[in-house]
Amino acid sequence: MNKRKAPRPHPYMEVEPAPKSTVKLGPDIKVKIGQQLRAMYSDVVNQGVPDRFSEILHRLDQAEGTDRKKDGGTNDPSQ
Amino acid sequence: MTPPNKPVRDVMLAAVPSLRAFAISLCGNVDRADDLVQEALLRAWANLDSFEPGTNMSAWLFTILRNLFRSEYRKRRREVEDADGSYAEALTSLPDQTSHLEMDEFRKALEQLPTDQRESLILVGASGFSYEEAAQICGCAVGTIKSRVNRARSRLAAILSIESADDFGPDHETRAAVGTGTTGWRRS
Repeated sequence: MNKRKAPRPHPYMEVEPAPKSTVKLGPDIKVKIGQQLRAMYSDVVNQGVPDRFSEILHRLDQAEGTDRKKDGGTNDPSQ
Repeated sequence: MTPPNKPVRDVMLAAVPSLRAFAISLCGNVDRADDLVQEALLRAWANLDSFEPGTNMSAWLFTILRNLFRSEYRKRRREVEDADGSYAEALTSLPDQTSHLEMDEFRKALEQLPTDQRESLILVGASGFSYEEAAQICGCAVGTIKSRVNRARSRLAAILSIESADDFGPDHETRAAVGTGTTGWRRS
């Protein structure tokens, strides 16, 4: 009976539809992955702004203000 | 989007926590990520005139950071890995539903993803950008982002061997060894 079909050296490979690497994702799994992802992410977000960055931006802002004053700029001197 | 009156400094400051989270998930190392954020802020500040007022400054900053990471990544890929687990140290206060062990497994799985897929998944799944915004940040088509996100999810599920929601989390042996609860999801 096999002779009438095209030759299939490994017939079982054709029968198995989904190899393990292509897991079907139900909505619940997407939700779980999303939860893990956001938990990981928000853990860092919740640390807020480290001083290092507020200091850098403050310095940049002040330098900018000084430059503009030299140029006779019109910006407000907010600090 | 960006209120016109709000000082640029404040808008940038507000974006820092999310930029850090993105940077850390990109490079898996907190110190390197913070350097990346700093460089991105400096670069952004120096190029403020190329920012279009009224558009999303957060997306603009993410684009700069992502491009910096890409150019740096090309230079020293394989050179730096998070061997000392400094990323894990940054994870301080996880929500109750997720144990450190699970998070660690998840983080390792995420690191196994190709960078394209990882950044797409993070931008859409964690940073809260739309597919369109993510496409803009990554400089590719919306459809490309969608397929990368899908592949990233499938790959993560495969790495973590998730076949159903109940299987999510550490395998049974690990659970038994560590002595956590039966589901491995909630901490008891």
